[in-house]
Amino acid sequence: MSEQAERGGDVVLKLSGVVKTFPGVRALDGVELEVRAGEVHCLLGQNGAGKSTLIKVLAGVHRPDSGDVQWLGEQVSFSGPQAAMKAGIATIYQELDLVDELSVAENIYLGHEPRSLGFVHKGQAARQARELLGRLGHGEIPAHRLVRSLPAAGKQIVSMARALSHSAKLIIMDEPSAVLAHDEVGNLFRIIRELTAQGIAVVYISHRLEEIREIGDRVTVLKDGRTSAVNLPARTTPTRDLVSRMTGRSIEYVFPPRPDTAPGEKLLEVRGLGRSGEFTGIDLDVHAGEIVGIAGLVGSGRSEVLETVFGARQAEAGTVVMDGRALPPGNVAAAVRAGLGMAPEERKSQALLLGQPIYRNMTLTNFSSYATAGFTDAGKEQAEASRVADTLELRPRDVRRAVRTLSGGNQQKVVVGRWLLGRTRLLLLDEPTRGVDVGARAELYQVIRDLAANGVGVLLVSSEVPEVLGLSDRVLVMREGRVVRTAPATDLSEEDVLDLVMAGSLTAATTEEVAA
Amino acid sequence: MSVSSEQKVDNGAVGHAPHPAPAAQKTSWWKDEAQESTRRNLGLVGVLLALFAIGAFIRPDLYSDADWVVNNIMVILTQAAAIGVITVGMTFVIIGGGIDLSVGALIALSGVWATTLATQSFGPVGMIFTAVAVGIGAGLVNGALVAYGKLVPFIATLAMLVAARGLAAQISGKQTQISTDTFINSLATTRPLGIPMLVIILLVVAGLGWVLLNRTTFGRRTVAIGGNPEAARLAGINVRGHTMLLYALSGLCCGIAAIMLTSLATSSQAAAAELYELDAIAAAIIGGTLLSGGRGTIVGSLFGVIVFSAITNLFAIANLPTEVQNMVKGAIIVVAVLLQQVRFSSITQFARRHGLTRAKPQT
Repeated sequence: MSEQAERGGDVVLKLSGVVKTFPGVRALDGVELEVRAGEVHCLLGQNGAGKSTLIKVLAGVHRPDSGDVQWLGEQVSFSGPQAAMKAGIATIYQELDLVDELSVAENIYLGHEPRSLGFVHKGQAARQARELLGRLGHGEIPAHRLVRSLPAAGKQIVSMARALSHSAKLIIMDEPSAVLAHDEVGNLFRIIRELTAQGIAVVYISHRLEEIREIGDRVTVLKDGRTSAVNLPARTTPTRDLVSRMTGRSIEYVFPPRPDTAPGEKLLEVRGLGRSGEFTGIDLDVHAGEIVGIAGLVGSGRSEVLETVFGARQAEAGTVVMDGRALPPGNVAAAVRAGLGMAPEERKSQALLLGQPIYRNMTLTNFSSYATAGFTDAGKEQAEASRVADTLELRPRDVRRAVRTLSGGNQQKVVVGRWLLGRTRLLLLDEPTRGVDVGARAELYQVIRDLAANGVGVLLVSSEVPEVLGLSDRVLVMREGRVVRTAPATDLSEEDVLDLVMAGSLTAATTEEVAA
Repeated sequence: MSVSSEQKVDNGAVGHAPHPAPAAQKTSWWKDEAQESTRRNLGLVGVLLALFAIGAFIRPDLYSDADWVVNNIMVILTQAAAIGVITVGMTFVIIGGGIDLSVGALIALSGVWATTLATQSFGPVGMIFTAVAVGIGAGLVNGALVAYGKLVPFIATLAMLVAARGLAAQISGKQTQISTDTFINSLATTRPLGIPMLVIILLVVAGLGWVLLNRTTFGRRTVAIGGNPEAARLAGINVRGHTMLLYALSGLCCGIAAIMLTSLATSSQAAAAELYELDAIAAAIIGGTLLSGGRGTIVGSLFGVIVFSAITNLFAIANLPTEVQNMVKGAIIVVAVLLQQVRFSSITQFARRHGLTRAKPQT
């Protein structure tokens, strides 16, 4: 890979002085970017640095207000996403834009089905789809299957196949690894290498520096809508440099220290919890002031356990006991009354009212408690929300702003802040730092640790092993719906956990076969 | 780079000094949305004024008579009253993420049930109680089918539409049932303080609806479950229970409207209030209620109803056929929705052009 970058393919894309403003935000303020054929060009930057906007400009969703976009040596201005696609720029968004109710083949050829006289050649589409999937090393995905039934990793493969079907020369991937478990990332990288070997350029966005080191050729860093560094070598630039160009301060993942005090009384007791096809025989305890982490691959059942404890899924077996009292299965309202709170995995679709102001999102669980005889008290709600916003260092502070205008990290703070308002005593966190930048991460870690110091129990799920180990007091390792190890976090190393989650895993085995 | 762009902003603000640039800079996005609904309502007021102007142009003889004008406004409002009441309920249902196609049929059913000889023997209280109870009961059935039976609202309420008309025909024996109750019949004719009773009922229902939507936990739950049902559920809100209540509320409004229509016609029949559901939905949409839920206003819906009623009135005054009137109404629905989209994007473009955009608040 690096050889190719050194040989230097032709420049396919060149941006200079690109500016894009929205009401309320100057999202891009003079961005430079140069992408060569056959390279993996990484975009690095905090949330809100303008990465998403830049991607949308490249994908033809937004038109820049000013500046120059040169594609294959010609100045272009795409009239829309279709035009960009036609020109050979394909985008794979973080929230995959597939149609759930259509089949794999139909999704791949959506909008450009092989047809004659207005009739779609279904057979031909399916055949070509299988070919593309095979090229991506995933011939096992049935072309006729509904996309709805695929796991996240499978959907991503379909998105990539769609990009290939447009004979894309540049593929933009917005945090593709965020939805993937560890072994699936390896597979993604293998696919990326094959694409670049065919001369396709890849723009790769990720918050994970180690991935950029492994797959990237050059790095462009964005900060506050401007490029703070262009074309840094991905492998040799010191981490300190990269981080400081993103933030102006050098923070890696900083975990707050664990307190010396022993955890308090038992809050949560889960025994024999199970749901068919998801997980079985889960036992776990969480004490006051304790952070318990669950590590495991996507599909190991970790998120499902969390949602079942909260009552968002109905338990089929076992009991959930909070403060010595059993919670009725499948009853979120009862769980909330008992003092449980959850920050779910999908912020936007599961937690937020995007068009509503911050304070209404924060008081979503307990606005009734500020109300008198059923009449809401907006003043009191705003005051309380502002107080929590101060504690969380929410930006912006104006709690009347719509949540839609916030960056990912600040949206997550709103979701966590929601439970700080109530009398939550056990907080369930599912991927609390997904899509959150380095600086906001450290702040969120501190918030979680502070909560525990105040006697709140925390049950945490994360795909990132260092996060689970660094933040938790005790760790449960899950594999294929079972807990395979419970230990104090200090007794486990990252390698231990990876060994445990991957050993004997079917997915791991298939990956090896494919790789071999 | 940054210096020049900031200068550009300054120039923009200075160059357009008459515009309230600093105020626009201070307003938050949320307030913009609130202002947006105010603007939309002002637009509907503009439409009403335009209709008035057209009327004055066509019939200057009538419009020069102040008494006639006041009286005509009361006529318009009276005609809007019953549909206005069900539009309030409809607005709640749509904001909550649903739709209620059964409202016209429920008016007919409630009206017929309230005017059977047996019910009339209990006097006006019995009749009103029956109409409201039937409306709420049928609404609860709608709600149960949607919330617990997991039926799509469109289908559940479509089934109710068909079934309720059938039941109404069964009860009435397809006969027009005359109301002999003097109190009920007098509702349409009494005018306390010169305002028709039916209009007062509409204003009271709309006022209560506004308070319910904007000032109570019930309203907050409605917006939440319509805006993001999953987020509402995970926040501990009883989404299914609340959905039930929304359809019951719509049914309650149908019961009230049934009494109003019975009073107007001094009778009830199974074919009453035909296609009222479409008028109510159209009025809510013209008023800015998002059909996908999570956004809408009572005031907007009310204006929507009044605009429709004013068009009907204008056509009657001008002696134009109802066929044309219906075509105009259809066009108005489309134009209203188009205008809302155009207006919003033109405002944001205006703000961008004139540098009225907020500096990035990050860090």
